[in-house]
Amino acid sequence: MSGKRSSLPFWVVLFLAFAAFVALSSALHFEPGTRCGVDFLAFARTMAGLLPPTFLLVGLFHSWVKRETVEKHMGRESGVQGYFWAIVLAGTIVGGLFVALPLCLVLQKKGASMKVILTFLNASMICRIPMTVFEASFLGVGFTIVRFAVSIPLLILIAWGMSSWLGGGFRISEP
Amino acid sequence: MVVAWVLMAALFSVSWFVNRERTLEAARLAWSLFREVLPMFVIVLVFTSLSLGLISEEVLLELLVGRGLLVGSVTGAVAGSIAAIPSSVAFPLSAILLDKNVPYTVIAAFTTTLMMVGVVTFPLEREYLGFRAALVRNLAGLAMALVVSVAIGCFFGELP
Repeated sequence: MSGKRSSLPFWVVLFLAFAAFVALSSALHFEPGTRCGVDFLAFARTMAGLLPPTFLLVGLFHSWVKRETVEKHMGRESGVQGYFWAIVLAGTIVGGLFVALPLCLVLQKKGASMKVILTFLNASMICRIPMTVFEASFLGVGFTIVRFAVSIPLLILIAWGMSSWLGGGFRISEP
Repeated sequence: MVVAWVLMAALFSVSWFVNRERTLEAARLAWSLFREVLPMFVIVLVFTSLSLGLISEEVLLELLVGRGLLVGSVTGAVAGSIAAIPSSVAFPLSAILLDKNVPYTVIAAFTTTLMMVGVVTFPLEREYLGFRAALVRNLAGLAMALVVSVAIGCFFGELP
């Protein structure tokens, strides 16, 4: 990446090589090669139709929902509300585990229960809103609704099971 | 596809009337996110097209489609547990597979394990949770993927 100024990034080189290969294939009537090109164009057309609205929706989400606002509710709220905010906070996570694990530590310091923390951790993997936007756009809203309906009860169940198995003395440790 | 455009247009208009600055920020964010994943996107698209075009589709999709839902879902779950690709690339790829007749059940096994199980990120998880808790959490994720796949399969009529 930090090479010479004139060097092209890998993906550009790959794309150019691919384009050349397809062009050559069609000139030489090499059928499998041409099929790659046809496939690529079909995929690219689907992507071109879906990617712009999806990225714009994700952009809107990020500019309107600030993680810090939601974070304020954590730790103070207990009971059912704790789980609710754990899942809402998880929805705002960008960057997956790299952000979620350090946040678990923050929640622990704020005094959230292990059940809520583990609910948050699991939810941060499956309930992220930006990710869900991609899922619903490409696989359909039905897919997303069924997945949520099944996995939200399960993730709370897993958090309950895990925290009672780990016992009251369990703490998340600083890396 | 139309739904995504309509929803985006509707929310953008509302956002525009409420706060122009934030709406512009949203557009800028969308653009920079797109720029970030574009390289990975092109790479995945090129390799997918190459492998589907050069190796015959039947051979390539044999494990995912040809040997029944169980073998397909296990293959999907293994791939999802090992792979570490962002969702902005994974879901478009899933849509391509769906188009090639890969069942929803298999797709669900792939996407759920992609989210919940991470072989690559396991060392990171272990540093915070410890070995036992991290292992159990990943195994629980695998179990969850199984349940989600079955539910999705029933919903789309692929399972009785």
